[in-house]
Amino acid sequence: MLMKEKMPITPVTPVPTPSAAIAADARSAGPSTVDEEVAASAPHPVHAMDGALDLNSGAAEADPVRAPKMSAEGVSVFYGDKQALKDVSINIHDDRVTAFIGPSGCGKSTFLRCLNRMNDTIPSARVSGCIELDGEDITTSAMDVVQLRARVGMVFQKPNPFPKSIFENVAYGPRIHGLATSKPELEKIVEKSLKRAGLWDEVKDRLSESGTALSGGQQQRLCIARAIAVDPEVILMDEPCSALDPIATAKIEELIHELRGRYAIAIVTHNMQQAARVSQRTAFFHLGELVEYGKTSEIFTNPRERRTQDYITGRYG
Amino acid sequence: MSSGTPSRWTDGSMHRRVRRRYAAERRFRLLGLAAVGVSVLFLAFLLYTMAAKGLGGFMQHEARLPVNFTQSDLFVDPATLRGPDARQALASADLEGVIAKAATAAYGPAAQEMFGDAAIDQLTSAIVDNPDMLNGSTTLWLTVASNVDVAAKGEGDAKAEQLVRTLEGKQALRQRFNTQFLTSSDSTDPTSVGVWGALKGSFLTIVITMVLAFPVGVLAAVYLEEFAPRNRWTDAIEVSINNLAAVPSIIFGLLGLAVFLNVMNLPRSSPLVGGLTLALMTMPVIVIAGRNAIKSVPPSIRDAALGVGASKMQVTFHHVLPLALPGILTGTIIGLARALGETAPLLMIGMRAFIAAPPGGVTDPATVLPVQIFLWSDEVDRAFVEKTSAAIIVLLLFMLLMNGLAIYLRNRFERRW
Repeated sequence: MLMKEKMPITPVTPVPTPSAAIAADARSAGPSTVDEEVAASAPHPVHAMDGALDLNSGAAEADPVRAPKMSAEGVSVFYGDKQALKDVSINIHDDRVTAFIGPSGCGKSTFLRCLNRMNDTIPSARVSGCIELDGEDITTSAMDVVQLRARVGMVFQKPNPFPKSIFENVAYGPRIHGLATSKPELEKIVEKSLKRAGLWDEVKDRLSESGTALSGGQQQRLCIARAIAVDPEVILMDEPCSALDPIATAKIEELIHELRGRYAIAIVTHNMQQAARVSQRTAFFHLGELVEYGKTSEIFTNPRERRTQDYITGRYG
Repeated sequence: MSSGTPSRWTDGSMHRRVRRRYAAERRFRLLGLAAVGVSVLFLAFLLYTMAAKGLGGFMQHEARLPVNFTQSDLFVDPATLRGPDARQALASADLEGVIAKAATAAYGPAAQEMFGDAAIDQLTSAIVDNPDMLNGSTTLWLTVASNVDVAAKGEGDAKAEQLVRTLEGKQALRQRFNTQFLTSSDSTDPTSVGVWGALKGSFLTIVITMVLAFPVGVLAAVYLEEFAPRNRWTDAIEVSINNLAAVPSIIFGLLGLAVFLNVMNLPRSSPLVGGLTLALMTMPVIVIAGRNAIKSVPPSIRDAALGVGASKMQVTFHHVLPLALPGILTGTIIGLARALGETAPLLMIGMRAFIAAPPGGVTDPATVLPVQIFLWSDEVDRAFVEKTSAAIIVLLLFMLLMNGLAIYLRNRFERRW
């Protein structure tokens, strides 16, 4: 188990230093001072050299250095004795879409479910490491998991609307969290959420119909509306388009573009074109390890790792 | 195909294989149809015998009896019949003698005992309603004794059948619907028995059972399925509950006798104790059905609710339970129907006593329909045979009504979703 080290924030100068030192710094330094690529791409000392190189290029592009919305450090997940995720460190930023790609069983969904502690529902799952939301550790028992899941919403692989009316689907979250004090206010939240999810025009005349009567793509947008109705800060999407046809997929992708900037978005996808289309950062997972994490454009055009290149060119996966 | 040669789909052997496949399917269909046919046949046979035997139990013969009170030896002051004690005054009078004398006068010596206790009751009521009757003569229709009734329905002895023929010759015999069967309770006289007492006892017992077993069973199922940690203790509890559902019902009767009557000193023969005992028996069934229904709620619904920040309890009560409710209700119906038809455990706690008045509350002595059926089936008087069958019909109708209500409720819940 990797202990979280509370170290004083030390400014890291973007000068090439011995690789081991960079790796150590990148791992333990406060997230606000280091560009997230460094922290993320140095899960193993082996990669430290790449990290050092990347640090230079990152600085050269003058990416504004800001605190990440969520940061994971040294996260490992075990299902019983089986380790599903090995020492993963990633930062997720407010204004970006972060895509997790990788072959089946590589741990990307597992990692996503760590971010709002959905793994808590699996009795055999054990999570170690540190995950922070706005600098607050969410893995401790002091973090209220109900509130966390309201702040970090989730959209699942299979559209799973409640078997209730469309209105009730969207209104459920605000209602249980007491976000609306009156019926008109609740109606306003529902309308706003459905509009933001691009579903309002299609369903405004039949809000009382069952949510399960909608088409697959509409159901998934309903689920997105349901997630944004509670006004989250981060939205996690677990292969949101894998059960949808290309047209519905295009609509969801368009929607992700529109939602970007308002929410930090993390999306797991099997579809590499989709990752390339919707995301600004991409993380490649393989066999429970984070192999590479960086700008989407670089991952897809100029991957540093052999495994990443093999995967995105379709040699395996 | 294993070898390199291409499959020959148009071959003769292929055709034969296809034909055999279709023949097998036809055979299976016929077998299935035969199985359904046999069950329908059994059901039809059961319904037919019950209806044939039992419907007569709802009918009752009565005979015309001209009574001349002025010639009878009845000495009752009409003045005492004006007050509330009229029935008491008549009880000490020899109404039985009046009836016997009048019957002999009208239909000969064989008719002396053609009227039973029911007729005396009717005569009493008639006199109380109209005391002036005693000053003259009148003609009444009175319920005949059980042996005459049985003979009139074609199953009596020779003497009674002779009397029936005499009565029919004088057009003094008629059949009417036996309302008393539905309004009165157990009696030693088959002409005046009724199922109301047992029906009410059954109703009170089943209400107690439902009120106890349903909430306890559902809560146990919800807790075990949604909240309890998986460990050795919950495993042990699960195994125990499954075993409890398979325990013979008489054992529950013994348990009820030992705990509710001997330790807790609750009133014997009461619907309260019966309901408690049956609740013990029904609860495991509800727990098992409830757990299965909860298990069958798709996990995606739980994920969805957890994903928007619902607490465990909100997930359970807002989403899981409403979706599982139709299944839980089905299990409850099955459990309660079984409890309603249960006899053995109730015998153990004293509900087989002869109780001639319907229970006024859950602590009054009572009996239930299946026990009443069991008791009547033991009687020597032949008139009880049809009463037994009639009581079975009432029990089945009661069950049908209860199940229908439950299915209606279940469908309503399903429509809401």
